[in-house]
Amino acid sequence: METSVENELITRNDISLRVITSEKIRDIVKGIKRVKRSHRQIRAENVFRRTLVIIGLAMVVLVVGIMLTLIVQSIPSLKALGIGYLWGQTWDPVRDVYGALPFLAGTLLTSFLALALSIPFSFAVAIFLGEYYPKGWLANLLKNTVELIAAVPSVIYGFWGLAVLVPIVRSMEASIGIPSIGYGIFTSSLILAVMVIPYAASLGRSMIQMVPSNLKEAAYSLGATRWEVIRSVILPYTRSGLFAGVLLSLGRALGETMAVTMVIGNTPLMPKNIFSTGNTMASVIANELGEADKMVYNSALIELGLVLFLVTVVINMIGKKVISRFTNE
Amino acid sequence: MMTTSCNGSGGSKADSTASGEDNSIMGAGSSFDNPLFSKMFSEYNKSNGLKINYQSIGSGGGIKGLTDKTVDFGASDAPLSDDQAKAMTGPAIHIPVTAGAVVLSYNLPDMKDTLKLTPEVLAGMFLGDIKKWNDPKIQAINKGSKLPAIDIVIAHRADASGTSNIFTTYLTKVSKDWETKVGKGSSVSWPVGLGGKGNEGVAGTIKQTPGAIGYIELAYAIQNGMAFAKVANKSGAFITPSIASVTAAANIDIPADGKVSLTNTDAADGYPISGLSWVIIYQEQKYNNRTSDKASKMLKLIQWMIHDGQAFSSALNYAPLSEKAVSVGDAILKTATYDGKPVLQ
Amino acid sequence: MSNHVKYRIGKSTGFQALTIVLATSCVIPLVAILMYIIKAGITKINWNFLTNVEKPVGEIGGGIAHALMGSILVIFFASLIAIPIGILCGIFLSENKKSRLAYWSRLSVDILQGVPSIVIGIVAYIWLVKPFGYSAWSGSIALSIMMLPIIIRSTEETLKMLPDTLREAAFALGMPFHRVILKVIVPCGISGILSGVMLSVARIAGETAPLLFTAFGYQFFSTNMNKPMETLPHLIFKYAITPYKDWQDLAWGASCILLIWVLLLNILTKLITRRWKVQL
Repeated sequence: METSVENELITRNDISLRVITSEKIRDIVKGIKRVKRSHRQIRAENVFRRTLVIIGLAMVVLVVGIMLTLIVQSIPSLKALGIGYLWGQTWDPVRDVYGALPFLAGTLLTSFLALALSIPFSFAVAIFLGEYYPKGWLANLLKNTVELIAAVPSVIYGFWGLAVLVPIVRSMEASIGIPSIGYGIFTSSLILAVMVIPYAASLGRSMIQMVPSNLKEAAYSLGATRWEVIRSVILPYTRSGLFAGVLLSLGRALGETMAVTMVIGNTPLMPKNIFSTGNTMASVIANELGEADKMVYNSALIELGLVLFLVTVVINMIGKKVISRFTNE
Repeated sequence: MMTTSCNGSGGSKADSTASGEDNSIMGAGSSFDNPLFSKMFSEYNKSNGLKINYQSIGSGGGIKGLTDKTVDFGASDAPLSDDQAKAMTGPAIHIPVTAGAVVLSYNLPDMKDTLKLTPEVLAGMFLGDIKKWNDPKIQAINKGSKLPAIDIVIAHRADASGTSNIFTTYLTKVSKDWETKVGKGSSVSWPVGLGGKGNEGVAGTIKQTPGAIGYIELAYAIQNGMAFAKVANKSGAFITPSIASVTAAANIDIPADGKVSLTNTDAADGYPISGLSWVIIYQEQKYNNRTSDKASKMLKLIQWMIHDGQAFSSALNYAPLSEKAVSVGDAILKTATYDGKPVLQ
Repeated sequence: MSNHVKYRIGKSTGFQALTIVLATSCVIPLVAILMYIIKAGITKINWNFLTNVEKPVGEIGGGIAHALMGSILVIFFASLIAIPIGILCGIFLSENKKSRLAYWSRLSVDILQGVPSIVIGIVAYIWLVKPFGYSAWSGSIALSIMMLPIIIRSTEETLKMLPDTLREAAFALGMPFHRVILKVIVPCGISGILSGVMLSVARIAGETAPLLFTAFGYQFFSTNMNKPMETLPHLIFKYAITPYKDWQDLAWGASCILLIWVLLLNILTKLITRRWKVQL
């Protein structure tokens, strides 16, 4: 509609055009449309960029939100129980006495025992795949199988542990002569050990594969055996990377809830030995948060969640820092 | 106790109403009641169409759900304590819906006779003073049975439980030692033993652990073919938990607010560890965005539970409510209001 | 050869043998679990099992239809929330390697990856359930928070590996920024991004802890996201600890289905990743 364009032209640009031919108008319209389209494009670009920034910001907000929520909800417990909560040994909701030490002890015991049990296997897999058999269909099969271990849901590990491991541990305990319950810290550590093998293994493997071959070749040319190369060249070189892998496994073990809840025995007492039943921070939260009706009780549980959060985050961050320093050297 | 349902499907397909809101009620709490409730709610759904989502998470969970208003009603085997009542935003009413027995179920496969327990021995076992099954104190009251020389594994609740409350209230009444060392409550500091989640978890633990003994509701023991003990009551007789002995213990006057403990009963043939179980709701039903329709549906459900619903109790080994209890329940229900007006006419 | 050298060679061979034994024995627990669960579960799966819902305690004939539907719905909506946000954040991080915000954002994603699932459950309970009640939405949101770090990292890594020349060529042709990203870069990296997405779905398919306090549980078949819903892992947990044999059988059948589902997803992801060497 050329008349409206004409009017727009005159009112917009403030140019007085005395003689306007239809072709010129068409060109001008096209020009305006091109400008409008690039305005629109620029606007769309800006919207897109801004969206990206917002989403990037949203991640920060999310994590800060999680941390703040945990802290705010823990405040009643911090006020009422103070820092002594962390080494209090009694957990008695009836008498409103709360002490987190049994759960801290349970968590640390299960996680470190699981680490101790799994590290030989994780390192063996890492060395096997990184050094001895880096290529080939067999190696690929092992690599994929180990990674599938991490894929199995934890509730299935728990159920299997309940049905298979607990009776086995029970008969083992009976044959040694200790109270044969089957449930307990030892059983939980066994399951956790299986669950965390893949983490240290896959990280260790990639670290070992990154050892420069001229270092290894230099050692071989001096007459070292395979084992000596591993011991004197590869392991020292990848020491920090392997350590990071161990930290990753530890972080995973500390936060594991379902498998542990199903076999640990759920006792809020300090474990006497590795065969006692006990409880971990994660599993006491899972068991009792749904029913913590008193304010301090609820808050004490969330404070446990806060401790768990801080500990796992710190461990994971250290691990990642070590890896990034290692890969950037 | 296995029954098959005649039409092969326990629930209907997706919510037919658009909002889905008004045709379902949410309840949570006592696992003590779960066998009875799941039967009652399934039947009510068949006849009435109302869907009741009941999650057996323990009495403590039910009370918390009601306090947080995340559920419509809570079910608990322990009445609200003063602290819990204070935490609620309005007065709450307790309607007794059933009575059951907390039995001591045990796993001694070679034991042919029924185990007999006295209050002293029971307290001793749960305090950890009596550690082995062939301890002379247990043997003394079970003359004629050969008890094995294995360790006693105590199974208790890991979650806040009304069943625990009934049991520990009983122990507090009969054992000074227990009263001073542990006390009563839904979640006590158990001196020994393994924790299981819900009556289901404790029953599962007992069933799988030779030498275990724990406290569960009667229906769980019977449904799973588990052995349970006779307990000596105040009159000294060893009583087998059953509908009859629970009914005897429950045959007392119920106060107007519905809260009463049945443990350590005076009745000569009453089972000493019996308990009532309550459905707890807010007295004033208008809160959040509850409609009066929902309030009335729920109250009709509870009313049905204490009248027609009682027909399902005996088959599941719960004691039907006495007439006194039903009339108290009816009176309490009538005090429920929506916006100040009574819901039930 | 001197004895000492023989000793050293012997040690080396011995170590190799030890490594082989330890490494291959890692396969044993996985195979054992797989075989046990499939054996215990496969017999329980039948048409009844897949189409019925829970029955009252103690009655036979129950099924897991409500949990299957619930899991599918909860995972679907969690993915719906997490995938666009995750991919966009991955794009943001890969495009802005140096900015301050990108540094903090990347740090946040790393932190989020390490948060235990139970903590996410707690936070979801406080944010979503206390004000609004138990609902499948709260479960989906909790799960989507867990999916985000995996999707973001894999998107970022995939896009970082694309050659800069691709980007520059598209700009040189006059394409606006959003077109360059959405129509050129992302399609090139699609298999890496897709494998990240599939991995994240596999990860949350088996998660129980965040659902304990959010989606809660429901005995009936429901598609209403505003109300509680039953999910497979939660059902397994609930039934596994009960003493009722039929419920335990249901849990075995459900475990079998869940395990196969998760493993298939993982294997599929590996096949896709092989086409595109993604460092995840």
